[in-house]
Amino acid sequence: MAVYRRTYSSYTGALTPSWSRWFVLFRYARQNLFRSKFQTALFVASFFYPLVCLAMIYLAHNLAFLQQIGAPSQVLVIDNRFFFYYMNVQGVLAFVLTAFAGPGLISQDLANGALPLYFCRPLSRPEYVLGKASVLGILLSQITWIPGLVLFIVQATLAGPAWTWDHLWIAGSIIVSSLIWISVLSLLAMALSAWVKWRIVAGALLLAMLFFGAGFAEAINAVMRTQAGHFVNLAYLMRTVWNSLFQIDVEHAIPVVDAWIAILVYCAICLGLLLRKVRAYEVVR
Amino acid sequence: MSTTTQNGAATVELQQPVVAPRTPLIELDNLSVKFGDREILRGLTASLRGRAIGLLGPNGAGKSTLINTLLGFYPPHSGSARVFGHDIRTGKREIRGLVGYMPENDAFISKMTAVSLVRMMGELSGLPSSVALERAHEALFYVGLAEARYRQLGTYSLGMKQLAKLAQAIVHGPKLLILDEPTNGLDPSARQRMIRMIHEMRDSQQVRIVLCSHLLRDVEDTCDEVLILKQGRIAHYSDLQEERKANRRFLEMEFYGANGDFTEAIEKLGCECAIRANRMKIILPEGIETRDIFRLAAERDVRIRRLNFRRDTLEDIFLKAMES
Repeated sequence: MAVYRRTYSSYTGALTPSWSRWFVLFRYARQNLFRSKFQTALFVASFFYPLVCLAMIYLAHNLAFLQQIGAPSQVLVIDNRFFFYYMNVQGVLAFVLTAFAGPGLISQDLANGALPLYFCRPLSRPEYVLGKASVLGILLSQITWIPGLVLFIVQATLAGPAWTWDHLWIAGSIIVSSLIWISVLSLLAMALSAWVKWRIVAGALLLAMLFFGAGFAEAINAVMRTQAGHFVNLAYLMRTVWNSLFQIDVEHAIPVVDAWIAILVYCAICLGLLLRKVRAYEVVR
Repeated sequence: MSTTTQNGAATVELQQPVVAPRTPLIELDNLSVKFGDREILRGLTASLRGRAIGLLGPNGAGKSTLINTLLGFYPPHSGSARVFGHDIRTGKREIRGLVGYMPENDAFISKMTAVSLVRMMGELSGLPSSVALERAHEALFYVGLAEARYRQLGTYSLGMKQLAKLAQAIVHGPKLLILDEPTNGLDPSARQRMIRMIHEMRDSQQVRIVLCSHLLRDVEDTCDEVLILKQGRIAHYSDLQEERKANRRFLEMEFYGANGDFTEAIEKLGCECAIRANRMKIILPEGIETRDIFRLAAERDVRIRRLNFRRDTLEDIFLKAMES
């Protein structure tokens, strides 16, 4: 169908592999995301703390410099607690980034009924969700476990094989804790994006879940004289799981296993809500 | 060929599956669709083979549900359907690879430019990225949005959005184009343009079309086969092409000065006649032409005031189907 001819012609050339179609969604959604200067600035700012950590690792292995500035050599200890704090800071940044990037992912398709255009093509609903989720997944990976592993590798290189073997489990903890957080955030953001078509409201709801969730949990605990309120506090649940993953010795109000189960339930609910909304046409029974 | 439906107390069904001498495009085999307890499509059985098939019916007849079921959006409750031989239950992906769909309602992403949206849809249909971009431009030129292709879709008028929907439906060069109310919201000239494009695409022989519309004229202008739905059932199937051919033998005549002799003479030619006052309806058999009628009239000094080929319009067919 050349422009100058302006006639209809069918396409007989080669097609891209069927399994790769979700990647098209990823490309377009990511492109759309970085059109916002604020979003780009926020993403770049998320690398500030990993750079600080990198400098701290360097200093911890540079005793001469610490002595020069008069600091005791034990002030910088690179251990599980160091990486736990790293994860906490990056976790918060991941949350903020999701609050701005997540809500627009699906809501703009739903706002003007664009979903039938996707699903009348060889693209399934899980592939659609995968395409959209991968945007957040890769974005958040870039600021959580990937720099975390880089820090671990730098530390391992400077500290030597003995430290590396003793602390190898920390690398696993960084990856697992990041992936859980990324999954929770992605599913939550997309579920809200699917149900609340107004992007700003969806973002505000996501932020409210974190901040009001904690307040609500404390209120339940105080009124009901129970610890069950913590189950509505997503941040607390995540902290409990992370504490156990990084072997931080603190007392928890709820058992770690229960926190794991609660998080998985949250994920399942979000996925259910998401798949309920992500369909070509809603069926009115 | 026209297949009349059989009226039962509760069902209207085709007496036999419709067969036409072309490859089947859509085959419906006792297809039923339910939403909860509500039965939307009730035992549809038909075989559609036309180059352009019109889906007609009043609101709530099940036209859009049928389209959505063929696209795999709704699961069938019972029965089955095939598009290009692919079962809608097991061959969804194959069907969707062959189909271009223009939905009835708004379907766009307001912040995207037309060329981005059409390109993305092309890529999702399997076109390589560079080919998708090229064809997106071509499709937008073809539908007449060349000048506006870099504008955000949210700024488009209703007519332009319709054209953008058409562009995304044809960008990947589908074998079957499903158009749901394509002329909705178009002004007369835009409607003419849309109809002309549908004609062109149909006549290109590269794509077959299913057109769902309330506007009988749109369907009559573009389709060669019509399926009329009523309350989820097939009320009538009509092959317009065959019907047009058949109706070339059906005459309506107005005359003066005739007596029984003229009617007798016409009947002796083998024509079927129905006469009322000075008007006569005649069905011409093979081998008899209008000049034979004129000859008989001249021999008997009968003055023919008017002689028309009479055929049922789609409106007649539709109204009959609705009354049945």
